[in-house]
Amino acid sequence: MSSPPPGALTAAFIIAGKDLRSELRRRTALVSAVVFAALILVIFNFARDPTSLRAEQLAPSAFWITCAFAAVMALSRAFAVELEHGALDGLLLAPVPREALFLGKFLGNLVFVLVVEGITLPLFVLFFNVSLRGALPGIMLVAVLATVGFVAVGTVFSALTARVRFNELMLPVLLLPFMLPPLAGAAQVTAALLNGRPILESAGWLRLLLVYDITFVTLSLLIFPALFDE
Amino acid sequence: MPVSSPSDREPILLQATGLRRSFGERVVLTGVDLILAEGETIAVTGPNGVGKTTLLRVLAGLLRPSAGEVLLDGRPVRTADPRSRAAIGLLSHRAMLYDDLTLQENLEFVARLHGLRDPRKVARDSLEQVELLARAGDSPRTLSRGLIQRAALARALLHAPRLLLLDEPFTGLDRAAAGRLRALLAARRPAGLGTIIVTHQLDEARDIASRVLALQAGSIGSVAA
Amino acid sequence: MTSPLSPSASSSFPPSLTSSDPRAAARRALRTGRVLTSIGLLGVFAAYVRAIAFTAVEGTQGPAQKIMYVHVPSAWCAFLAFGIVGICSGLYLWLGDRRLDTFSEASAEVGVVLTALVLMTGPIWGKPIWGTWWQWEPRLTSTLFLFFLFVGYLTLRRAMFDPAERARYSAVVGILGAMLVPFIHLSVYMFRTIHPRPVVLNPEGPTMPGSFVATLLFSLAAFTLLYLGLVTTRYGLGRLRELREARHVSAA
Repeated sequence: MSSPPPGALTAAFIIAGKDLRSELRRRTALVSAVVFAALILVIFNFARDPTSLRAEQLAPSAFWITCAFAAVMALSRAFAVELEHGALDGLLLAPVPREALFLGKFLGNLVFVLVVEGITLPLFVLFFNVSLRGALPGIMLVAVLATVGFVAVGTVFSALTARVRFNELMLPVLLLPFMLPPLAGAAQVTAALLNGRPILESAGWLRLLLVYDITFVTLSLLIFPALFDE
Repeated sequence: MPVSSPSDREPILLQATGLRRSFGERVVLTGVDLILAEGETIAVTGPNGVGKTTLLRVLAGLLRPSAGEVLLDGRPVRTADPRSRAAIGLLSHRAMLYDDLTLQENLEFVARLHGLRDPRKVARDSLEQVELLARAGDSPRTLSRGLIQRAALARALLHAPRLLLLDEPFTGLDRAAAGRLRALLAARRPAGLGTIIVTHQLDEARDIASRVLALQAGSIGSVAA
Repeated sequence: MTSPLSPSASSSFPPSLTSSDPRAAARRALRTGRVLTSIGLLGVFAAYVRAIAFTAVEGTQGPAQKIMYVHVPSAWCAFLAFGIVGICSGLYLWLGDRRLDTFSEASAEVGVVLTALVLMTGPIWGKPIWGTWWQWEPRLTSTLFLFFLFVGYLTLRRAMFDPAERARYSAVVGILGAMLVPFIHLSVYMFRTIHPRPVVLNPEGPTMPGSFVATLLFSLAAFTLLYLGLVTTRYGLGRLRELREARHVSAA
């Protein structure tokens, strides 16, 4: 053998690159996720009593619930692509550590979900007539913090449910409890920012999200290989 | 258990001793011993369900044996050690290709995962050797079963492995395609490459294999000529 | 020496439980479980008698407050149950002993029942006091999420058939779920609360009269014993079932 196999991080980028290139080529998952998000936002608008609730009060929840559903949809397809032609075996055969497989999928999923959130945000601003008022950097920060957390766990569960029956239902059932802390934090902070409150007031939530992220990214990374330890 | 050994004095490439593997309470491999010399091709045969695929996956480092050890070039092959898989190529039931990428891109991806220099050239050369260069820009979706098998073979040989494992490679191929595959297997023999073909169609493997082993009741039984 | 048919024995389990005859061990577990359950049930009954007849009625909340003696210990045991699921899951991934997986499953089944009990007694206690059947207050909400975690864990198990794979996958879910529980608590606490303020684990010291605390602790001990008894019984049953299936597979 002439050259050594790539390390975990390099291999992760190779895998993430492969996923993103696949996705850019077909774009079906991205388009579906965005359309799905837009539809939910529209339905939110019609599923409320226009006289009782002002749009601004509903807005942060609507946005984050939309992102949550779109993310679950995205995550459920993350490992599905590996099942056609048994490509997952190909990844398991490669001389790279299992952690690289997790990191690669995690990065690919993270980019995907962040892109969906990024496209949903302007739609949300449009439909709910929200004025961002300089809250944008704060919202972006909390969006990244929240997304990292549940995408990490979602990647593990996506691999797990890919080979289980009823996986379209199993993934949400397993993952949604894990979305409570990130979503609660994200919604609270978004609401506070949209109300013009300074971001430092939300420091408690941001700290919680950070600890959550560190805990679950680490735990997911460590536990992922157990899924393939046959 | 009779240990099947090569007849000539080539150095030993692969040595498996006492391989056992159960799934839950069902014992599939009860103690397999196997020796493969460098440059040798052997066939492993047996009825459906006897454990041929399981044996191959253990040899490839995909499945952990309940007991026993696999040594490739004297170094252990372990599921926990990714580097131990670097010299193994597997052609399994499924092609392990992505429909959303072209053949060229598929092979480049594999080349990168193995850390090969100049992945593009390696991929092209590999496609050329299996006579698929003309289809390099096509997706696996557009290929017939025979062509997919050739692409899968290219994938398995891309990183110049020392050991090539083939799981029922002739399944689903018509006579012409099977003949092409056999010719490719016979022709492309880098020095020292050891090959194990698992098949229940003995006549397909007879002209390429120098030894045939029978897997019975979880271990290597008789040694057929 | 183990035959190919016995499950992978691990010498790390307490020596008193390791034996060359797994069926005898399972039956011992079953017997122990039944004894513990009986004692636990007696204890729970005694706790009720004490609570209803011998403990005073609370001033502001009235007789409904006595639900606390069921509600709080069940909640404690429910969280303990998932903690045990988490610990057994981690130990299983580390040691590979299938018995840990069986114990984890037993704990989850008992835990889900306890959690359901908490979720039912909460509203019964709360309605006279809060005026509504449900309130999104921290401890009830945490328990609701615990319920979802249990259900997810058990549903996953039911969808899988290969025992080793099922054990590995549920262990992954168990560990992640157990790690989630503290975060749920923290998240939910950052919301407003109208649950009675912590009464026993209160920095200023228990704010309940001594007799209430005593009854509560007695009930707590009884429920914990009941939980342990039920889990051990269920564990024994689970092991016997596994061993019986093993015999059938080998006979086939």
